[in-house]
Amino acid sequence: MIINHPLLGPRDASEFTYLGDASLIDRPDGMAENAADAFYDYAYLRDNPAGEHQELWYHEAGDRSWLVVTRNTLTHEISKVELARDVARARGRSK
Amino acid sequence: MTQANRLSGGQIDRDTTLNFQFDGRSYTAHPGDTLASALLANNVRLIGRSFKYHRPRGLLTAGSEEPNGMVELRSGAHKEPNTRATTVEMFDGLTANSQNRWPSLRFDTLAVNDLFSNFLSAGFYYKTFMWPAAFWEKLYEPIIRRAAGLGSLSMQADPDEYDKGFRHCDLLIIGAGPAGLMAALTAGRAGADVILADEDFTLGGRLNSETFSVGEQSASDWATQAVAELSAMPNVRLMQRTTVIGAFDHGIYGAVERTGDHLPSLPAGKPRQILWRIYCQKALLCAGATERPIAFENNDRPGIMTASALRTYANRFAVTAAPRVAIFTNNDDGHRTASDLHAKGVKIAAVVDVREDAPLSYDYEVLKGAQVVNTKGRLGLSFVEVALPDGSTRTLDCGALGVSGGWNPSVHLTCHQRGRPVWDENLAAFVPGENLPVGMSVAGAANGVMSTHGALRSGAQAAATALNLATLPDLPEAEDAPLAQTPFWYVQGCKRAWVDQQNDVTVKDVKLSYQEGFRSVEHLKRYTTLGMATDQGKTSNITGLAIMAEVAGKSIPETGTTIFRPPYTPVPIGAFAGRMIGKEFHPTRLTPSHHWAKERGAVFVEAGNWLRAQWFPQADETHWRESVDREVRQTRASVGVCDCTTLGKIDVQGTDAAEFLNRVYANGFAKLAVGKTRYGLMLREDGMVMDDGTAARLAEDHFVVTTTTANAVSVYRHMEFVRQCLFPDMDVQLISTTDGWAQYAVAGPNSRKLLQKIVDPEFDISNEAFPFMACGKITVCGGLRARLFRISFSGELAFEIAVPARYGDALMRRLMAEGEEFDVTPYGTEALSVMRIEKGHPVGNELNGTTTALNLGMGKMVSRKKDSIGSVLSEREALTAPDILKLVGLKPITPEDKVTAGGHLMNVEGPIDAAHDQGYVTSVAYSPSLNSNIGLGLLKRGDERLGEKMRLVSPLTDLTVEVEIVSAHFVDPEGERLRA
Repeated sequence: MIINHPLLGPRDASEFTYLGDASLIDRPDGMAENAADAFYDYAYLRDNPAGEHQELWYHEAGDRSWLVVTRNTLTHEISKVELARDVARARGRSK
Repeated sequence: MTQANRLSGGQIDRDTTLNFQFDGRSYTAHPGDTLASALLANNVRLIGRSFKYHRPRGLLTAGSEEPNGMVELRSGAHKEPNTRATTVEMFDGLTANSQNRWPSLRFDTLAVNDLFSNFLSAGFYYKTFMWPAAFWEKLYEPIIRRAAGLGSLSMQADPDEYDKGFRHCDLLIIGAGPAGLMAALTAGRAGADVILADEDFTLGGRLNSETFSVGEQSASDWATQAVAELSAMPNVRLMQRTTVIGAFDHGIYGAVERTGDHLPSLPAGKPRQILWRIYCQKALLCAGATERPIAFENNDRPGIMTASALRTYANRFAVTAAPRVAIFTNNDDGHRTASDLHAKGVKIAAVVDVREDAPLSYDYEVLKGAQVVNTKGRLGLSFVEVALPDGSTRTLDCGALGVSGGWNPSVHLTCHQRGRPVWDENLAAFVPGENLPVGMSVAGAANGVMSTHGALRSGAQAAATALNLATLPDLPEAEDAPLAQTPFWYVQGCKRAWVDQQNDVTVKDVKLSYQEGFRSVEHLKRYTTLGMATDQGKTSNITGLAIMAEVAGKSIPETGTTIFRPPYTPVPIGAFAGRMIGKEFHPTRLTPSHHWAKERGAVFVEAGNWLRAQWFPQADETHWRESVDREVRQTRASVGVCDCTTLGKIDVQGTDAAEFLNRVYANGFAKLAVGKTRYGLMLREDGMVMDDGTAARLAEDHFVVTTTTANAVSVYRHMEFVRQCLFPDMDVQLISTTDGWAQYAVAGPNSRKLLQKIVDPEFDISNEAFPFMACGKITVCGGLRARLFRISFSGELAFEIAVPARYGDALMRRLMAEGEEFDVTPYGTEALSVMRIEKGHPVGNELNGTTTALNLGMGKMVSRKKDSIGSVLSEREALTAPDILKLVGLKPITPEDKVTAGGHLMNVEGPIDAAHDQGYVTSVAYSPSLNSNIGLGLLKRGDERLGEKMRLVSPLTDLTVEVEIVSAHFVDPEGERLRA
């Protein structure tokens, strides 16, 4: 597979390490009332779509960027690659 | 007489004679021959014995689709079993041997299997060898393994070298027949970067096997000229002897180039084969088509082959399989073979055509509406029995029979990315479907375009479309006969008609499997093993499918298709391994003190990629325990030095560095003072311990974090995840400095005295100025920058000192020299481990992915005043239940009794079984400080059970030892030494 890195251009997938569902960005607040339930969902429950899937890849043998890759799990077509940091910010994460 | 079957013409170099051996007999051949053509030239039709029934077999084809003609090539460690003789390029001195026969090819005792064929039908393994179960391993399997099978391994390491490489292009063209060559000319002339790959050693594909003309030239001359033009183009790379084995994601193709297989021996340093990874914008599959046989009674005798193979042997290799040849066909292409062979002076016994309206010939007899119903000949074909339309039979005297059942487009690579071929009624064959791999298109016969001109035209068009070219080149004139195929799969009423010759599957086997309920094609394949041999059923799958469709009363598209998977042809494991063999399998990382340690005679151990000194034996020491015990005693009595460079080091900088570590570690870091170090416990988000280490605050905005050796990479990855994905606006930067600093532990009561000799005098490292857990930037040896941490893994007064890695060797030598007056000892990972077990420090054995801070006696460290990774889920009910495992120490009642890591703890009374399991042992050592074996373990309610006696059991090794549960802190439990 080839991942089109937003900063470095097309790179071979062997340079990357896969983590999983990009919902891992949406870490709940550990100090909230319902933290136990929220973390149970966060740590264990994942969608397993046949089709477009947003997932986290780490450019370990490259610039060490975490990326959010939108990949079709049926065809392996990659329709979008973003810096995870930008995605995290867009989803309201900060400090 | 040598080369009795050699004809005139062909693309062989008669001026040079090559010698080769088959089954110990010597023969001659010429450059341009394959082993197959050379054997036929020498009138050798019998090449091997079949997989299951040991029937005599010869060649079926002239290409890589060959199911039968397999040999063991070369000898000794270079021996390569199951090599298709049809793809072996002849070289001088070649040796080959037949396979699967004993004692000889002509007289094979296991041919008796053929007489018992009724017992060996489809699924015979499942039916015959079911019980008693004990017989399987001892009796059935050894017999089957001896009786069935093909070539044998040399049982020696492969002495050849293999390589891997990467190539890039605009257009990858797979196959250099008429479509591929025309596509390459079109793309090359337009200036595109082109790779043209073909598995053959001569480019041209079937153009080299045919007698018709292309333009004003013969087909092979046109191919030669096209190749010459392409060779002169700097933007075109021709890769002959290169098989594209698979189509992978995003335009990546795997290809194996046989760089050395055609050489008598490899020059030093030259790889035998190269596995290429080819990245292309567009790919064009021009793989041609494979002729399919017809199944009839005894259709597997040596001398019976596809009609196109006979034509290839005659036209390209100037060889006939026999002086007298018959043809059995259902299409016009079979007649072309007859006329080509006739033109070469080969006697045509007759052309047997199943069609009532078959074309006649002036040159030889054509039997219309006739079928071959049986064949005869003990080790090769002698007679063919033909059923004529009037019901009579006729016997033809011939040594070879060319069979043509039509052509199947080679769609294999179109299926490697889930694509399914579709049935073309007109062609009666599968053609590529719409769901092709990204960027791939198909031209020529592979796309069902069967005429030569059609191949040239579709190759040019496909290349132009792929590259967005406006104009097409002029195409040479060539035959453009339309091909319509009416399928004829097998002759009715036969008892033993072979479909898959490599796995010995008959028409009857296919029908039987359907009757026994295997209705899906995939089940049929697995039950009969049809198409599951090394040829992947290139000549048999479609026929098997057609027979199944007929039995089921369905059409072929209703019945299904099979899935083709990479590799297209078999690939040696060595090519996949490349140069990653032996010690080259992964990189070896050496510590800064490695060369010094080697001089000292250290014994090394692999720790991930690292080589670490395990212990340092002295001249009088004969057992590793002597060395390790001494290193521990000397360190605890005076001072020892250990290279701990391999621990991961991560530099954390930024105004939010402290807050960042506060999130990453379960314990607090926000208030850690500058110049102080703290032990840090890192959890996974599910509450389990991930890793531990220390974080030293060198400045307000600068920490140095250490990780365990094993987790250096994954912890860094995790910290980057937290930084980029969870807290993207924190002002913090991370960099791994593991290789940047050489770091040594200096441990023991005299460690300070030793360090004072090398630390520059302006730095006070007394207990008052530099207490336990202090850290700082210092200089040593007169100005060399260094970092000093007062941390202790051994439990002694200890420091870790770090210098830039290039000074690591010098620093170790200096420490040893300066330490002489203290009787300093280097110590390795074994002594390190003994001392940490004596102190009850957990490492990977205890941080095993199933333990929490609470299990390890560090539950109080997990702060709930802040939100750190893993803190929420670490409080789950099951992880905090009263009877969870707790870290304990254990001592055998008899100090010499062995304790075993992995052993389980049981109550003194009661049964020994899983239901009564109380815990398990994680680490063991002999403690020279206690003169006793000791261990660490995880025990239910362990912290409440100190002083209790238990049984340590290992049922597998028949071990039962009485132990006492003690505190994990065996040595200096109050920690007075490390604060001294």
